[in-house]
Amino acid sequence: MQLEIKNLHVSYDKIRALHGIDFSIDRGEIVCIIGANGAGKSTTLRAISRLLQADKDSVMTFEGKDLMQYEPDKVVSRLGISHVPEGRRLFGNLTVMENLQLATFARSDRERIAGDFEQLFTIFPRLKERTSQMAGTLSGGEQQMLAVGRAYMSARKLMLLDEPSMGLAPLLMLSMFEALKEINREGTSILLVEQNARLALKFAQRAYVLENGRLVLEGPSDSLLNNPEVKKAYLGG
Amino acid sequence: MDLFLQNIVNGLQWGSFYALIALGYSMVYSILMLFNFAHGDVFMVGSYIGFGVATALLGLAAMSGIPLPGWFILILTIIFTMFITSFVGVFIERVGYRPLRDAPRASAAITGLMIGIILETGNLAILGARRLSFPQLIESTTYQFGGVYVTDKKILIVGVSLGLMFLLHRFIQKSKWGMAMRAMSFDFQAVPLMGISINRIAPLTFAIGSALAAAAGILYGLAYPVLDPYMGILLGWKAFVAAILGGRGSILGAALAGFLLGFIEIFVAWVFPSTLRDVIAYSIILLILTFRPHGFFGQAHSTQLRL
Repeated sequence: MQLEIKNLHVSYDKIRALHGIDFSIDRGEIVCIIGANGAGKSTTLRAISRLLQADKDSVMTFEGKDLMQYEPDKVVSRLGISHVPEGRRLFGNLTVMENLQLATFARSDRERIAGDFEQLFTIFPRLKERTSQMAGTLSGGEQQMLAVGRAYMSARKLMLLDEPSMGLAPLLMLSMFEALKEINREGTSILLVEQNARLALKFAQRAYVLENGRLVLEGPSDSLLNNPEVKKAYLGG
Repeated sequence: MDLFLQNIVNGLQWGSFYALIALGYSMVYSILMLFNFAHGDVFMVGSYIGFGVATALLGLAAMSGIPLPGWFILILTIIFTMFITSFVGVFIERVGYRPLRDAPRASAAITGLMIGIILETGNLAILGARRLSFPQLIESTTYQFGGVYVTDKKILIVGVSLGLMFLLHRFIQKSKWGMAMRAMSFDFQAVPLMGISINRIAPLTFAIGSALAAAAGILYGLAYPVLDPYMGILLGWKAFVAAILGGRGSILGAALAGFLLGFIEIFVAWVFPSTLRDVIAYSIILLILTFRPHGFFGQAHSTQLRL
């Protein structure tokens, strides 16, 4: 397993948000966590990125390394885990190109950056047209492309995606997931959290269902798609 | 008319001091949303370090018997002093601000005040109460343009200040470190997600601000050669006013407001008795703020959501 999470507890000011969840991702896999608003999906991703401090008895290992020992920036630069956060968090006062260059700031394999830019622009040709535009003036779809593009340029082993479908029109959503599949084919594992359960389950190979800070179901995506409980609670009956 | 131009020249000189110091306040605020209240005292420390460097260089030149020209020693003094003082900034960030990054705002605000007091009284304890006289490295020459008198020192002060501001602007706009600082000013919590450590950008910002304050300290020492441990307080507060007036976190605003402050003070002193200078000047600024509460170039911050 590339990423192994065991007994992950996270609290906000003494209030438990995650009650000891266990899950794992294999290299090259696409895994999704579905759940309602407030179930703890974003919290899970933030704990992996080390933006939130997990409780001490939690165990997180990535490629055999103890994730709990890493600062947030080192999770990206040393371990190779990128994170597309909730709300995208682009630097709106920087151009598209500057946002992407910033993502390469701490990379040690500088000789590969030019090739990665080329590859990125074949996945998202739209970004190439917009390089000198301020990120704050992009349309919603373009902003999401830039958010994913930034993650792509920063680290390549595992990509954490927080609601990539948020605010996108259905067609844009589909092309976004096509792009993510392409990134996955290049070897990046993907952990995705989504409220749009149908879309996420069609995209991922395996899935977990998170409810009130606990994982209540797991399995191959197609079996969850046909699971009556999942259908009732997350797929609109 | 001549008198008017004369006052413009004098206003530019004072504005240079305020602008150089205000930049440091503004840069730190723009990335950490905190003001470094020790910054006026960094200016003072910079002036003292400049004194030490200049004295040492003069001594070295005398000992070795090489007749180094004064302007050359001055350039070396500015470079060395800016370099050394930048570490004062790094130190302040490390001991005063980093440990309190997640502390309540008020606690982080008073660390600057406390470090300021430590720098002032520490200086007093080490060097004593005697006032030092900044070595005059260049001859004072006065040029006359029509009825306007300009000394070479004034030209130097304004020229070096504008030059440094231009370099700072280039650095922030063109270098990858400057890019990271701009990103941090927009959304500092998203910066680590790019693999960039805030613990590298924050000290750099303190270092640059402190180096600029040190340059101001030397230039000030050339114009007003008497140094004392409390020289940074009033000047620091006034530069802080300029930083706010310019728009919190705006680099351009801080520089322009610094010059505006210089002009207002000089022109007030032209019309009114000089004892009333600050009373009237700062009443005017208060009035400006009443009409522009966000200053001139208040930077639009993102909502700074918590990650």
